[in-house]
Amino acid sequence: MANLSVNIGGLELSNPVMTASGTFGYGEEFTPFIDIDRLGAYIIKGTTLNPRQGNDYPRMVETPAGMLNAVGLQNKGVDYFIEHIYPRIKDYKSRLIVNVSGANVDDYAETARRLHSLDGVKAIEVNISCPNVKEGGMAFGTTTDGAASVTRAVRQAYPDKPLIVKLSPNVTSIADIARAVEAEGADSVSLINTLMGMSIDVEKRRPHLSTVTGGLSGPAVRPVAVRMVWQVAKAVKIPVIGLGGIMNGRDAIEFMLAGARAVEIGTANFVDPAVTMKVIDFMEDYCRRHGINDINEIVGCI
Amino acid sequence: MKQVKDFIIIDNCKSGDSYCRMVLSPADGSRLPEMLPGQFVEVGVETPGVLLRRPISINDVDYEANTLTLLVRNAGRGTSALMDMKSGDKINLLLPLGKGFSTDAPQGAKLLLIGGGVGVAPLLYLGKTLKSAGFEPEFLLGARTAADLLSLDEFKSVGTVHVCTEDGSDGVKGFVTAHPCLSEAYHRYYCCGPAPMMKAVAAVARRNGTDCEVSLENMMACGLGACLCCVEKTVKGNVCVCTEGPVFNINELTWE
Repeated sequence: MANLSVNIGGLELSNPVMTASGTFGYGEEFTPFIDIDRLGAYIIKGTTLNPRQGNDYPRMVETPAGMLNAVGLQNKGVDYFIEHIYPRIKDYKSRLIVNVSGANVDDYAETARRLHSLDGVKAIEVNISCPNVKEGGMAFGTTTDGAASVTRAVRQAYPDKPLIVKLSPNVTSIADIARAVEAEGADSVSLINTLMGMSIDVEKRRPHLSTVTGGLSGPAVRPVAVRMVWQVAKAVKIPVIGLGGIMNGRDAIEFMLAGARAVEIGTANFVDPAVTMKVIDFMEDYCRRHGINDINEIVGCI
Repeated sequence: MKQVKDFIIIDNCKSGDSYCRMVLSPADGSRLPEMLPGQFVEVGVETPGVLLRRPISINDVDYEANTLTLLVRNAGRGTSALMDMKSGDKINLLLPLGKGFSTDAPQGAKLLLIGGGVGVAPLLYLGKTLKSAGFEPEFLLGARTAADLLSLDEFKSVGTVHVCTEDGSDGVKGFVTAHPCLSEAYHRYYCCGPAPMMKAVAAVARRNGTDCEVSLENMMACGLGACLCCVEKTVKGNVCVCTEGPVFNINELTWE
């Protein structure tokens, strides 16, 4: 059988398949359907320094081949996570990655610092790209200076462990942002977060979401995501993690051909809670059919 | 245990262009999982342009026949595709999901099951369950017109049925809250229907001190408590309707 293991900036994964933050809860929600230990890694809910109630309902609307969401980082805060949730989920063989968000640079750094000592947390993914919060989030991810400042602060607070920075597609040049976070010590980048979008109920003459705008995900964004992964992979030396509308193994391979060394599965978890296992199966089968000994061979061959 | 399973459509009976009643059985012949009244399933819809599963409440379960019944209202692209499915077609379900109605009550307690429109769906299985537990459930069913009153005969086979229609074409004219049966004393109301109706019923329950459970229909994506899209404000903060509900006691909600 082909080698599926990959190294994402010091983070060893048994295969390239990860789950996207915010689409996989804390993993426990999916144990009736999948073997979490088979995942390369699982990235859990966006975690902030202080608890957040998130945005008002309605937070979601289906759109053509996708969905808009405006959850707004609802979570109980990093201390609650460490005390109550981490002990339940820390012993999976699969790599546990915590997605970190913040309202300002100090919040990001402090959250990262509190997670640093947890042996079971193998990496953090810094979310500088959430379109659904008023302060922080995407504000940092849309300028090279903002992205660099968060990365620099988190790097200091979170030394010697793999640091992933999750990039926003709502920018003029995502390659410039990627280069900026690479220069500040990010070990890898993941992209894309959701595309900012909007949808209106024409009968009621009201936006579908309480926040008016939200983040678009699902197959609708995939061609944009593949293009951006391809551009970023050519712009930086650190590994790229690809995500955006991956619904099956074929889509995952598409991202790897474009330059992703690993992939995250997001919205597809809502449609088929067992999709991640099928993506891994497909990768094994794909390598066999194409005579590939090591999946790393196909990364960025376009 | 939650599971993803293919089902075969045994029968899909349309009632006009607005509703269908779908009888399903596991495609692999396996036994149905245990399902509680008030729980729901997420139905996979394989139609261009439809991405997410559709949450549909459980209308009836027959463990002997190994069938599950769903009552579906044509509310858009996804449910319209379900209307068009034929017996023999395969359909993928994620089930059973959510927490159901409470079925404990003092012996002989008077229980009123209040449904509006397609919201009557979970009340049939609930009524049957309460009846086999020794209660004599009554139903108060409301709809826009007599043609929108669904499965009346089945409800009548379970217990007394009070009817309201907005146009007066059957039963008492007006909303369910106008029905005189609400002036009688009940131990508990169970309510499922449009949000304004449930809020009106909740207000009546508060006024006369009746215990009241409502089944919410917030927009959902995953059905598993992962996406946090279907949240409702409660006394405990924002909680997922798909896992903490869809049934809530009105005391848990922040409805005015």
